[in-house]
Amino acid sequence: MSSIFLNALVLQSGYNAALVALGAALLGIAAGSGGTFLFLRKRALVSDAVAHATLPGVGLAFMIMVAFGGDGRNLIGLLLGSAVTAGLGLLAVEWITRRTRLAEDAAIGAVLSVFFGVGIVFLTIIQSMSSGNQAGLEGFLLGSTAGMLFRDAVVIAVGGALAVAVVILLRRPMTLVAFDTEFAATAGINVRRMDLAMMGLVMAVTVIGLKLVGLILIVAMLIIPPVTARFWTERTDRVIWIGGAVGGVSGYLGAAISASAPNLPTGPIIVLVSFGLFVLSLLFAPRRGMLAALFRRRRFQLRVHRRQGLLALAHNEPIFDRLTLSVLSREGLIRQDQVPTEKGRAQAAKALRDEKRWAVARQLYADEAVEGRYDGLTPIETVLTWDEIAEIDRVIGPPTAILS
Amino acid sequence: MGAEFVQLSLTPLLIGVLAAIACALPGNFLILRRQALIGDAISHVVLPGIVVAFLITGVVSTWPMLLGAAGAAIVAVIIIEAIKRIGRIEPGAAMGVTFTSLFAGGVLLLEQSDTSAVHLDVEHALYGNLESLIWLSAEGWSSLTDAAALADLPPELFRMAAAAGLIALLTLIFWRPLKLSTFDEGFASAVGIPTAAVSLGLVVVAAVAAVAAFDAVGSIIVIAMFICPPAAARLMTNRLEAQIAWSVAFATLSAVLGYVLAGYGPLWLGADNAVSAAGMIATVSGIILAFACLFAPHRARIGAPRGA
Repeated sequence: MSSIFLNALVLQSGYNAALVALGAALLGIAAGSGGTFLFLRKRALVSDAVAHATLPGVGLAFMIMVAFGGDGRNLIGLLLGSAVTAGLGLLAVEWITRRTRLAEDAAIGAVLSVFFGVGIVFLTIIQSMSSGNQAGLEGFLLGSTAGMLFRDAVVIAVGGALAVAVVILLRRPMTLVAFDTEFAATAGINVRRMDLAMMGLVMAVTVIGLKLVGLILIVAMLIIPPVTARFWTERTDRVIWIGGAVGGVSGYLGAAISASAPNLPTGPIIVLVSFGLFVLSLLFAPRRGMLAALFRRRRFQLRVHRRQGLLALAHNEPIFDRLTLSVLSREGLIRQDQVPTEKGRAQAAKALRDEKRWAVARQLYADEAVEGRYDGLTPIETVLTWDEIAEIDRVIGPPTAILS
Repeated sequence: MGAEFVQLSLTPLLIGVLAAIACALPGNFLILRRQALIGDAISHVVLPGIVVAFLITGVVSTWPMLLGAAGAAIVAVIIIEAIKRIGRIEPGAAMGVTFTSLFAGGVLLLEQSDTSAVHLDVEHALYGNLESLIWLSAEGWSSLTDAAALADLPPELFRMAAAAGLIALLTLIFWRPLKLSTFDEGFASAVGIPTAAVSLGLVVVAAVAAVAAFDAVGSIIVIAMFICPPAAARLMTNRLEAQIAWSVAFATLSAVLGYVLAGYGPLWLGADNAVSAAGMIATVSGIILAFACLFAPHRARIGAPRGA
């Protein structure tokens, strides 16, 4: 199995599988980078409404093509149909949120369930139709690459490439709109048109991905990569490209894994690969990750214990807390029998003096920002100038030595 | 048509109505709290729940599956909260990440395990099979008093009735805390209402409704009934009591009209096959909502210009 997987990975397991993998990678890049704007605009789930609204279009297009004597399975025809109803669904969401008192989440839920319901009605009508070969239409629900034709794969690859091109062209105005609509408007950007373009991009990705990932899971390709990318950087342009990379890698790996063994449906595998990347980022990302947060917390805890231990030494108070003791002895500030060393006495004297200076400083500058900087950890030298500190020292007198 | 109606249509109709009401009741509060999409998320994660339950027990039976689905719903809520807090991700995106991944996991498990022998597939999970819940041993209206025939009623009917009754009862008992914490969370916690418990309880009740209804009618009706009838009711009135009444009325109307149109509509049009009842019920609820958006008395936002 692993050798089959490796074959699929380096595009050796057949022409179609290779094409599907490349198409999935391109689609992933387009979805991951295009979804970033949606995520930054806090409208990620609008894509769910759009995706579900494609179903009636697929059904209608099939019926129309059969009525005109085709076999009804022309992918471009089906995708055009799905784009039409996806657009209608999008307009319905916008119209409901703008014209009624209902919130956007209610509008999204209403549109996705109703359009999906209509789509299912159409599917059952198609099932009972005598003409036309309806097999494979259910594939649009969860995606299927099994019976994929060469020209279907080409449609996906070309569509994905076009969507990536649009992202590259419109990334600056779209970023502006996502962050600050009013500023974008004053900078001369047509906000409404940019919103439409963003939604158009989402719609395009959804429609192109229908055959590959299916309409229920395509939203994952738009949402998970940007959310994953957000863990790694605080800069928008990087979120876009990292999101694109995450999407591309998930698409490619997912398609390769799915081609390596039976019963591994492409759509779910792609989604699960990107979810795996998401979980890794959630845990291990350098600043926003869970592990980093735990380390930060631990470091803070140790600093508090060190400071409180030093102050206790300065006041000649006994220390009982285990953690405090181990912090102090690890730094060589106290001996085994808890008596402070030379270094410990010096540090304790410094901590005590800092604390006294702070007490005076907080009275002197009671109404100023300095007061807010006091957290019991920040050395006063990093907040006040030496002149100001000398002023304080005149009040509290010369430093006192700590005797053990 | 009496005997045939009782045998073929009475029970699906009743189950549809009960499912619609069971979902619409918590839906009212979800809409007001702007958590409408919780219903959407829950109905997606029900799939991995029942698949895991099937893999553990090896049979398609009700209780393990209900438990599995409810467990999956709770796991999903925990994951969503964890992603929101740890990753500082906005709720919509956190939800999107969670339910799509869990659904994908469910589909994969389903494909990997051998379920060809049992009736368990994604299509069934999505649009259920309301039409198949018939009352075989009924011979007419008189069967309603016939103990032997009554014993043969589809078990889904009792489950759905129990769930709907339970949800109505809970709504009634917790009316005051529910109402207060929905409209003014700060005030509610100031007067001592445990608002966090109330919102978790609401999600759990929504999950119960989703799971019970899902078994009989599929997840598409569940999502539609969580949102469309309460949303339409929201546009009809400014009073919560009246809104709930309207939502129950709309839910019932959608279920009845949808079922009838699905079963008999195509016959009237000359076709000879019925269409999906689940899909039709969702469609009708959407049409009701569309009318409410166009004509309902309280459709505009307060402060919005007239005629806008």
